[in-house]
Amino acid sequence: MNKPIQTTCPYCGVGCGISAKVDASQHRLKISGDATHPANFGRLCSKGSALGETVELKGRLLQPKAYGRETDWNQALALVADTFSTIIKQYGADSVAIYGSGQLLTEDYYVANKLMKGFIGSGNMDTNSRLCMSSSVAGHKRAFGSDTVPGCYEDLELAEMIVLIGSNAAWCHPVAFQRIRAAKEANPELKIVVIDPRRTASCDIADLHLPLASGTDAVLFNGLLSFLSAQNALDKTYIKAHTEGFESALASASIDVGQVAAICQLNKDDLQRFYSWFVGHKKVISLYSQGINQSSSGTDKVNAIINCHLATGSIGKPGMGPFSLTGQPNAMGGREVGGLAHQLAAHMDFSNADDIDRVARFWGSKNIAQKPGYPAVELFDAIYSGKVKAVWIMGTNPVVSLPDADRVKLALQGCKFVVVSDCIADTDTTALAHVLLPAQGWSEKDGTVTNSERCISRQRALFKPAGDAKPDWWIITEVARRMGFEQAFPYQSPVEIFREHARLSDFENNGSRDFDISAFADITRHDYDHLQPIQWPVNQAYPQGRARMFDDGQFFTESGRAQFIAVRPLRPVNLPDHAYPLILNTGRLRDQWHTMTRTAIAAKLNKHKPEPFVEVHPLDAERYGLAGNSLATIKSFWGSMVARVQITDNQLPGNLFVPMHWTEQYASRGRMGALVNAVVDPISKQPESKHTPVRISAYRSAWQGFILSRRELNIKKPDYWVKIKGEQFYRYELAGLAVPENWRDWAQNNLGDSDTDASQWQEYQDPRLGNYRAARIVNNQLDSVVFIAAGSTLPERNWLAELFEKTALEKTERMALLTGKPPLGGADAGTIVCACFNVGELTIKAAISEKGLKTHQEVGRCLKAGTNCGSCVPEIKALL
Amino acid sequence: MKQRLVVIGNGMAGIRTVEELLTAAPDKYDITVFGTEPYGNYNRIMLSSVLCGEKTIEDIVINDRQWYIDNGIKLYAGEGKTVVYIDRKKRDIYTQDGTVAGYDRLLIATGSNAVMPEVPGNDLEGVISFRDIVDVNKMLSYSRSHNKAVVLGGGLLGLEAANGLVSRGMDVTVIHNHEFLLNRQMDRPAAKMLQTELEQRGLKFKMAAKLKQLLGDENGHITAVSFDDCMDAGGRAPTVGALGDAGAVAEDGSRLECDLFVTAIGVRPNMALAQRAGIYCQRGIVVNDTLQSYDPSVYAVGECIQHRGSTFGLVAPLFEQAKVCANHLSAHGAAEYVSLPAATKLKVTGINLFSVGDFQGDENSESICFTDPALGIYKKLVIKAGKLIGAVLYGDTADGSWYQQLLEQEDNISGIRDALVFGQAYAGAHNH
Repeated sequence: MNKPIQTTCPYCGVGCGISAKVDASQHRLKISGDATHPANFGRLCSKGSALGETVELKGRLLQPKAYGRETDWNQALALVADTFSTIIKQYGADSVAIYGSGQLLTEDYYVANKLMKGFIGSGNMDTNSRLCMSSSVAGHKRAFGSDTVPGCYEDLELAEMIVLIGSNAAWCHPVAFQRIRAAKEANPELKIVVIDPRRTASCDIADLHLPLASGTDAVLFNGLLSFLSAQNALDKTYIKAHTEGFESALASASIDVGQVAAICQLNKDDLQRFYSWFVGHKKVISLYSQGINQSSSGTDKVNAIINCHLATGSIGKPGMGPFSLTGQPNAMGGREVGGLAHQLAAHMDFSNADDIDRVARFWGSKNIAQKPGYPAVELFDAIYSGKVKAVWIMGTNPVVSLPDADRVKLALQGCKFVVVSDCIADTDTTALAHVLLPAQGWSEKDGTVTNSERCISRQRALFKPAGDAKPDWWIITEVARRMGFEQAFPYQSPVEIFREHARLSDFENNGSRDFDISAFADITRHDYDHLQPIQWPVNQAYPQGRARMFDDGQFFTESGRAQFIAVRPLRPVNLPDHAYPLILNTGRLRDQWHTMTRTAIAAKLNKHKPEPFVEVHPLDAERYGLAGNSLATIKSFWGSMVARVQITDNQLPGNLFVPMHWTEQYASRGRMGALVNAVVDPISKQPESKHTPVRISAYRSAWQGFILSRRELNIKKPDYWVKIKGEQFYRYELAGLAVPENWRDWAQNNLGDSDTDASQWQEYQDPRLGNYRAARIVNNQLDSVVFIAAGSTLPERNWLAELFEKTALEKTERMALLTGKPPLGGADAGTIVCACFNVGELTIKAAISEKGLKTHQEVGRCLKAGTNCGSCVPEIKALL
Repeated sequence: MKQRLVVIGNGMAGIRTVEELLTAAPDKYDITVFGTEPYGNYNRIMLSSVLCGEKTIEDIVINDRQWYIDNGIKLYAGEGKTVVYIDRKKRDIYTQDGTVAGYDRLLIATGSNAVMPEVPGNDLEGVISFRDIVDVNKMLSYSRSHNKAVVLGGGLLGLEAANGLVSRGMDVTVIHNHEFLLNRQMDRPAAKMLQTELEQRGLKFKMAAKLKQLLGDENGHITAVSFDDCMDAGGRAPTVGALGDAGAVAEDGSRLECDLFVTAIGVRPNMALAQRAGIYCQRGIVVNDTLQSYDPSVYAVGECIQHRGSTFGLVAPLFEQAKVCANHLSAHGAAEYVSLPAATKLKVTGINLFSVGDFQGDENSESICFTDPALGIYKKLVIKAGKLIGAVLYGDTADGSWYQQLLEQEDNISGIRDALVFGQAYAGAHNH
């Protein structure tokens, strides 16, 4: 192994630095945290640490494909370019679209956005950041005149109080949370408050948890604003000097603590305590995430939070401020290049005609888009209705992640031309593509990303590209050229794109735009390759970058003042009713990322939560007749899923939680996107993914079971199945609506393989109870095991799973296999002496010594040995 | 003044009763024992171990003559001492050689006789049963001088005999009238495993075969057996075991050469003496729950009796009868004999099989099955109304007696059903 390469983690928006030792010959990585990176200083979370296990080539998309057949790049690129051009000529620019991803690097993003908005001339470039960030973007924009995260991670260590709002940072931004935990340990005075309907892992270090009713956050922060005013805790000087709109904001926020407690269904004293703490501490950070953003009034919620910080002047200074935790590794980079449909580029957007003209001149484009394109949800509606006839999806899985996902599937099935660039061959979305373009994966890509604290870091290639995989920027560039835009797309390498991106940020800026990295306008390839993490802006004023914005009270609004926003709290659009009485909440797990295309490859990441589940409050479980660990069907007006019931009072009664990750690659009925209502925030267009009315009922299956197998099996799949990759085995959780005619045949068909002669079978059958169990043993190694039961009375899988790590089965283990439980220390009877009563030599010896038996008659009375045929009496005498 | 107890039969049932009596009421009786065999009391069941050389006659003697002396028991043993007549009025018994003995209480334990096949030639030389030391000695001498043996009957005794003869170097074919061995004690899968294992030990089998006749030479010594068409319900031709060698069998399988013919197709209660004495008999000497015959002073135990319609062939119930009978002879008069389902064991070293109760089951019963053919293990439990009513175990019989216990106690096993077939350790542990 040569010396480690510094790169950046491809998962959440914390943007941790990684130091990777590369073993190219074995295609292996040794991953550790980069001790010098300001985001994590060497820390890593479970997902980041397991990156080395996700770079295998199995399952990678390594060759362009057109209409199911492998092809070469030339043909694939020509096909994409020609088809797009034809459709544009026939139906206009707005009949095509690009749907990008926060996984793209800034350089990829820049080129895609430039192609669509600058040269194809449509605003139809949006990204999956719409699903997690756009409410923050809109809130920032309204308050600051710019999409700016004011603070930085260092503030977490400097704060006196940290409020986590709609954020389970412990799982979703683990390293940021580790920093908070460390800060709390270093300073027990540091107050931690968690505001979340769920009692999440983040509450572990909380001094106070406010389990507010789903969707009532704006009320809570309006209440805080009134409270601040009532307590004379306002920073009137700051408000006067640096803000506008306070009075109307305060007016619309007017509500007392009692009313807030009632609406938010919170304990009044707890609420009061939180408000008082906010008053009592100057250095307060409001760390918020999807719980705020993914709402039909997410933008207002963001501003309700920001209002409180403006009102106390607690913004832009060390240890304080509103802080939006971004979801993805490069959501911020995407925003910087204008990846969202209402943005243009470099923090300029369509709302300003000068910006459009400016960018057009910079790009030398005659054909620049004049208006915003379709944001994600509307985009797929437009595809569904046929307004958009060709879409190019890059590095994301909308069939899983978008709301009303079954409709998204239909939209793509009906779409004239679907192009997907991805590094993974089989996803729910690639399955619907006409053209598949093999993109490089994280370990091959080369470029920059920006994390939640505006910190630009390099992602560096660790391996040579696999197969025919290419960088996204290259793929887009090649298509652009083939569409006739060669001179605007001359790029040979990422650094050239980065320079152009930097120049655009500088272009006619003069301090009018927050995003300014003019210092990199002429960066050399060498400096780019050795670029160290740095927080934008990076310009003449801040050559080393800028940790905090707005410390000078200057904002990017017309007036230069921050804007208070008058927030009138709205309830979620779709409220529970008698048909759908429960509220479905969705979110991330600790050890999975997005749609599992990479994390599910790492066996160790599948241990934490192996199966799609639904968290249910005990009262609801009782009410709807759900047993713990049983399967349940969850239905909304839009769709349904099946998940394993986990009963916990971490949920509020009336609230359900399901993980967002499962796809049809790993589970038959686990796509939560199918249920989520396609309701969006009118300003940010972000979907209300945290609040969908649903009902839940027990899933009635004729049988349930599981298979563990050393081999990846091609099983005839029943109605419910989940596939889980383990350390030495694959695990299949199964449930069926109809019982097969003959379980033995079923097992042999599903578990058998060619080398049947070498295999030995063990079977257990209790037909009356619908129990069937079998083990397939090859060379005294456990090859596979299947457990079937009519009910859900199945043993734990752990011990059986461990057996796959053994090279040989002990006899005792083999005899215990089909109990599913480890062999018991059942005393070895020794060789049978009394055949009639099966009394062993060791048993007899034991009895003789323990009970001091003298004669074979005594032994007989004690153990029955020798009292039947008597043939063993001589042996018993011998033992005496 | 002691009462007089006369015991007719020096076998396991009779003497076990005497033993029990000696502990229960040592001084109540003057005991006289008459036996046809010229030995002390030996363990008949162990004859198969003697046959295959794992034990000697000495090993299987339970009580030698000295024991009778030590316990003040008069023993008349030998051909001449066979009791031929009982005078119930005078309460005397007469032996062949004219010995007479009076009794206050009489215990008949005359055991059973082997059933001989009702076919021509069943009186030929070399046609024997497998009942006593004389039979064993005959088999041993044949095994030294002759090669081919046929055993009629694939039951416990027949298989033990065949195994013994094979271990003595003979070429042995077992003729069985059913499709699978031990069809009274095993179900088909277990029996098939047993057959395979025995075939690997060199035994040959002719299944579902019906004996036609025994053929002899001019000296009246058996030379071969012949068969009718098969009576295999499945319609398969009668087969000789895997290692079947053409020399022994005619092409059409209708004839089989042999020098020794051992019949082991069951026993009949030996009740001739009792009948002559006018003691009420049906298929055996009819006794009540105290082992008392219709003559209040006459008791009977063992394979010669009929109790509540059933007769006996296994040793376990005999010993139970001995206990009860002794209890009444000693005038304690409390015990009642209840015949329990007896467990089956095959005394062939290295082969573990066990069965008890109703292991076939019916339309109202449920079964639990565990198999690991590679390890030669088969277990089947039969359950009815939450109770274990039968079990067949092959290969791993460690929990046999536990199942028998559950069965006798009629415990409800619903709570431990999931682990039941895996044995007491698991059921116990998983239960609590």
